[in-house]
Amino acid sequence: MLDYLLPRYKVLRDRDECVQCGVCERSCANGVHKVDEDLGRVTADHAKCVNCQRCVVMCPTTAIAITRWPQVDAGSGNWTLEAMQDIAKQAQTGAVLLASMGNPKDYPIYWDHLLLNASQVTNPSIDPLREPMETRVFLGSRPGMLKVNEREHVVMTPMPPQIRLDVPLMFSAMSFGSVSLNAQKSLAMAAKELGTYFNTGEGGLHRDLEAYADHAIVQVASGRFGVDPHYLNAGAAIEIKIGQGAKPGIGGHLPGEKINEEVSRTRMIPQGTDAISPAPHHDIYSIEDLRQLIFSLKEATLYRKPVAVKIAAVHNVAAIASGMARAGADIIVVDGFRGGTGAAPKRIRDNVGIPIELALAAVDQRLRDEGIRSTVSLVAAGSVRSSADVVRAIALGADAAYIASAALIALGCHQCQDCSSGRCNWGIATQNPDLTKRLNPEVAAERVVNLVRGWNHEIKEMMGGMGINAIDSLRGNRLMLRGIGLNDKELEILGVKYAGE
Amino acid sequence: MKRIYAIEAWCIDCKRCEVACKTFHSRSRDTVKAFTVEYPQPQNRVRVEGTRQLSVAVNCRHCAQPKCVEGCISGAMTKNPRTGVVTSDPRKCVGCRTCVSLCPFGAVRIEDVAEKGIAYKCDLCGEVPGEAGEPSCVAACPNRALIYVESEGC
Repeated sequence: MLDYLLPRYKVLRDRDECVQCGVCERSCANGVHKVDEDLGRVTADHAKCVNCQRCVVMCPTTAIAITRWPQVDAGSGNWTLEAMQDIAKQAQTGAVLLASMGNPKDYPIYWDHLLLNASQVTNPSIDPLREPMETRVFLGSRPGMLKVNEREHVVMTPMPPQIRLDVPLMFSAMSFGSVSLNAQKSLAMAAKELGTYFNTGEGGLHRDLEAYADHAIVQVASGRFGVDPHYLNAGAAIEIKIGQGAKPGIGGHLPGEKINEEVSRTRMIPQGTDAISPAPHHDIYSIEDLRQLIFSLKEATLYRKPVAVKIAAVHNVAAIASGMARAGADIIVVDGFRGGTGAAPKRIRDNVGIPIELALAAVDQRLRDEGIRSTVSLVAAGSVRSSADVVRAIALGADAAYIASAALIALGCHQCQDCSSGRCNWGIATQNPDLTKRLNPEVAAERVVNLVRGWNHEIKEMMGGMGINAIDSLRGNRLMLRGIGLNDKELEILGVKYAGE
Repeated sequence: MKRIYAIEAWCIDCKRCEVACKTFHSRSRDTVKAFTVEYPQPQNRVRVEGTRQLSVAVNCRHCAQPKCVEGCISGAMTKNPRTGVVTSDPRKCVGCRTCVSLCPFGAVRIEDVAEKGIAYKCDLCGEVPGEAGEPSCVAACPNRALIYVESEGC
């Protein structure tokens, strides 16, 4: 039957530059390009293009560019082409619309409304190339009071378990199954090199990654995939995933076709069966229940590993975070609504949750007001795009930031939002062996390491400009931020003054 | 000497190496001209064998005791004793195909580019025959499936 869908993209090919070498044809898992020898040119099936830009990057003569399909909309600001296409799709299939990656809608990005400070005259700025600059962070709980034996120079108070990050960021949870083993291995290698952590996601720890377990945060989610005592004790820390910024209130569904032998072994589920993560943890219906799970995990690991709890940024995030801290969480992770996903219902991704900037400021303030901020670490996630965003997040109150989309972009991701198809041409969100081998972890890890090293240099530069020589002095230091283009309520929630104040 | 090694686990059958090789061995060193207007058509010396599931870029090994040199009847195929680079001189080659039949790796090919067939093989992108350069296939590989590293033997 004729579906009423229009192509989304159009492949532009410069015929003066195209040499018909066929690199584009061999690079496209969606079957867009075809070297047509009868016509003596390369043709394109535009409707299949998802704009992943693999062909654009691979073309030896840069003959390809992708543009939007030139069809105009009906001239209505209400019935946009996208709104009508969604209806056409659902009229055809009767299904829930599926989408991937973070919320792409035009909501305010508060990072871009926060300006950083720098020292002039009255206090000196610091040159990070000449003076030491500390970006090391410890995550975990902290004792209420520190007793020191000054004569012996030793700390007497027993310290709760903590993890040490040499850079103030980590790689957020992406499970093996949703991403390829090569993608996870790339991040694991990069985490080890950088002195930070990757997160296994809810898909278990593949045996090939056990060598990187010291740099793994092992996740326990509602599906409990791959969880056993060995797994819990293998990682550096444990993270309980309650929610994800891209799809708050929603579970996960990894279709059976992605559960191959390796995914099956790692997740400890039969091959070819759908991996369904329930929306809630069926044993958590209250803060008290969460406390039980936190302490079950602490018991299972002999109180040697910090336990993090990750929630999506939702309306009552501050009160929930307060409950989490009281339930015994050592690290609180808040994931904003622009955080990515391998697959989410489109309406959920685009309409549920709140921005990380507001959530982070609200949580930090609430924990401070209640006098419990110092007992937990706070990690911000959900579309941290640059080192400047990391600095802003820390100044708003985070101990560290989680990055995932940015790390994937370093691996080659072009944010085409077609992860759920399983045909990722960059070898990231796929289990197809022809495609996963496109991601050589050696190359990919180098790229991620480069990115994070670059960011860390920039973070030091920005801190130096402020006259701050340790990331600890930046944490929650909202005087280093000024708002621009924000209303009074936004400034109040963010806890920042307006530029010029 | 430094040799090119192909790693099949990372070869993705894109054949960018072939395009880069052909471009380097053209007169213009311009991809569009190499593929469209140059005559005789420049030839790529690296060749990706296989399918998308399993492929590998076949390249001259520059053997310590090259069979192709041993068997060459016209003296066109030579190994530089100092650099170890094996090259074929198109002016001397008579197209007898002895080298093709002797090469254990299938790395020499005869191409009918002029009136007669001539043996083509990897010359490590040297500007001068017998000298190694910076192999263009290695630079063009997007996935480090081709590496250019020091190896034993000359």
